[in-house]
Amino acid sequence: MRALGFAALLGVAMLPGALYATSANDVRVSHAWLRILPGDLPAGGYATLQNTGTQPAALTGAHSTTYADVMLHLSSVAGGTSRMRMAEAMSIPAQGTAKLAPGGYHLMLTRPVHPVIPGDHVLLTLTFADGSTLNTTFIARPANAADAGPDRPTQPATAHALPTTHGAVHDHD
Amino acid sequence: MSGLKFHGKSFHPQLPAWLLLAGMVLLGALTLGSCQRATPLPLRLTNITGHMPDLDFALTDDTGKAVTGADYRGKVVLLYFGYTHCPDVCPLTLAQLHVSMQRLGALADGARILFVSVDPTRDTPAILKTYVSAFDPRAVGLTGSPRAVEALSKRYRSAFTREPDASDSSYAVSHSSAIYVFDRAGHARVLATPSATQDDLVHDLHLLLNTQAES
Repeated sequence: MRALGFAALLGVAMLPGALYATSANDVRVSHAWLRILPGDLPAGGYATLQNTGTQPAALTGAHSTTYADVMLHLSSVAGGTSRMRMAEAMSIPAQGTAKLAPGGYHLMLTRPVHPVIPGDHVLLTLTFADGSTLNTTFIARPANAADAGPDRPTQPATAHALPTTHGAVHDHD
Repeated sequence: MSGLKFHGKSFHPQLPAWLLLAGMVLLGALTLGSCQRATPLPLRLTNITGHMPDLDFALTDDTGKAVTGADYRGKVVLLYFGYTHCPDVCPLTLAQLHVSMQRLGALADGARILFVSVDPTRDTPAILKTYVSAFDPRAVGLTGSPRAVEALSKRYRSAFTREPDASDSSYAVSHSSAIYVFDRAGHARVLATPSATQDDLVHDLHLLLNTQAES
């Protein structure tokens, strides 16, 4: 009953026998950062997603109160040409890792509601194919940064620390 | 004709060999002095020496000034096509070029990154200036009429296409991912593809920066 209550409360479609195994619950996020370009130019969002669960997970996108639009994109190079297109989802294998990384899957964040400067912490809500969501803090980095930065080797998900109406379910709940 | 006859008839048999040797020495000296291609640089990236035309274009730089390829003679040029509304690959490439420039130390002052916008509609000189400055002080943004940009792109057998799917101002542009490297004389020398390593790029830039401009 308690489990069903949770499922109903969260609006999460769960598989029988895997009541608590939501993607948001299974996925650990690290090295989350944004590449901030000058002016109103779109930012790129990157992170490492580790799936600790036994079910594959799929990241479908994200939203944020800081950016009007956040889209999951995929960059590719074919025949010497760079392309960027919208992506439906990025799969994260069970017990595996997938990365939002420069030159591949990434988040494209457009129309910031206020200027974001390097050093800022930006909250993004990651969304998964199973409907679960995970709040994650991304650190804003300068345009010419190569990664999340030496000063911040890991960036744990902070869903547990932030008040939210649709946060991740946790093992200890 | 008379010269040949003169040589054949009157000179001592040893003399032509001596002359030949002297000629070879002279030729060698001339070759070293005038044309470095006689001793090819051990470049590691895709060598395009002699296969691509010299750097030439008529565009507007990020200060609004009309510029041509000749304005960058004396500099080693890294030519890259991109656009500022490209949030992933272009910044990645420019960030990598910035790291390469840093690795070159003071030598990097002899190089220029020319970031040519394939999106001249949105990329004004002012926007380009802010954009490239965020990556490297030796980067210059170039824009121009769509025709001028296309001419430069075609000159290097590069291509770009505005993706048709977007309805508003958020369209994407597919573009060539390679970086064309020119020596101080404006000759095309190497092509850095996305799979090229930074070590190889730094290696080749080092060689080209240490070679003086000679045509």
